[in-house]
Amino acid sequence: MAVISNTTTIIDAGAISPATAGSMNLIKSITASSSATITFTHGDSGVIFDDTYDVYVFKFINLHPASANIDFHFQVDTGTNTNFNQPIVSAAGVGYHNEADNASGFTYGTDMSQVGTAFQGLLDNASPTGNDSNGGGSLTFYSPSSDTFVKLFAAKMFGQGHGDYFAAYNTSGYVNTATALTKVRFKYASGNIDSGEIKLYGVKG
Amino acid sequence: MAIISNAVTIADAGSFSVGLGDLVHIKTLTASSSANLTFVDGASSVILDDTYPIYKFEFIDLHAATDNKDLLVKFRDGSTAYDATCTTTMWSSRTKESDDDAAIGYEASQDEAQSTGGVKLSVGMGTGNDECTSGEMWLFSPSSTTYAKQFLSHFPTLHHAEYLYNWYKSGYVNVTAAVDAVQFVMTSGNIDAGKIKLYGLKDS
Repeated sequence: MAVISNTTTIIDAGAISPATAGSMNLIKSITASSSATITFTHGDSGVIFDDTYDVYVFKFINLHPASANIDFHFQVDTGTNTNFNQPIVSAAGVGYHNEADNASGFTYGTDMSQVGTAFQGLLDNASPTGNDSNGGGSLTFYSPSSDTFVKLFAAKMFGQGHGDYFAAYNTSGYVNTATALTKVRFKYASGNIDSGEIKLYGVKG
Repeated sequence: MAIISNAVTIADAGSFSVGLGDLVHIKTLTASSSANLTFVDGASSVILDDTYPIYKFEFIDLHAATDNKDLLVKFRDGSTAYDATCTTTMWSSRTKESDDDAAIGYEASQDEAQSTGGVKLSVGMGTGNDECTSGEMWLFSPSSTTYAKQFLSHFPTLHHAEYLYNWYKSGYVNVTAAVDAVQFVMTSGNIDAGKIKLYGLKDS
């Protein structure tokens, strides 16, 4: 039975309608299983990535690569394009500390920053493939469907790097286009995403 | 049709009347050549008291009217003035669009020490047609009458000199009086466009 109020369906099929639910709503969760890529495309398989929400947040949980010491990164595209080569300007700060307690620091993340069309780094040289090694964090997009402004993004990620390091990555930037974004792709620079989850939330208000 | 339970209206007019989930939207203010955007507890449905222990502001595509100005936050602590004393730290990472300059570091000229003139959240905003700043600011326990009020923010910004700047600020409002209003303003000129949303984060 659906519950309809003022012609709006607020409850149906055992769930609260996303349009009327809380302020942070789970849109889609994709679980990796030896996956070459994970892609969220607006309108595909229940994914929403348009002006329904002003803010979108991806959450990364226990990402585990199939190959060691590989960067985890993302790119975006517009319309029906699937080249994933939009222009990005980004900057990163990285804090790190190793298990041996003989190396630590905070530095500009050169490998995580770019002016170009490459995939944008989120985790640098992470993670090793040890059974308990993983990476995670969040990536926020602001108004990705704007047809006026560039698209700002902000990421806070963490992971176990090669050499038994822990690293925290603060990476932000913008996709230098005034065209609406319609899709986001995640992958390792080589090898598969062995396991892990990526969840997409919309924040409304 | 309304849904009413135990005399409480749960849903009406096509939406839920009670907040669902633990992140609760309180208020959205939209700039339109606005001198300031101000959230005052008890005014225009704004809640900024001990209802929530943590408050989050989301900033979406703010566009300044005047080039190379800064977005400030000011806190009110009992009087009518937005001049509560603040001490902060700020650091940034930056990359130039021409790809010939990049750096990270502490921003000694952008922090505040016992300042009453406002706290810089985003510095040197550009005003190109496609340039904007977005970000977030968390405010912890603003209604405490025991402790100073901690806040932290992060703003990726299109800087007027064709840079991406990531501005990271943390600090505290150095008063034990409750903070009951928060104002966002440019160092000069209006907030041309953009939205600021206030959320409360439940603890029970």
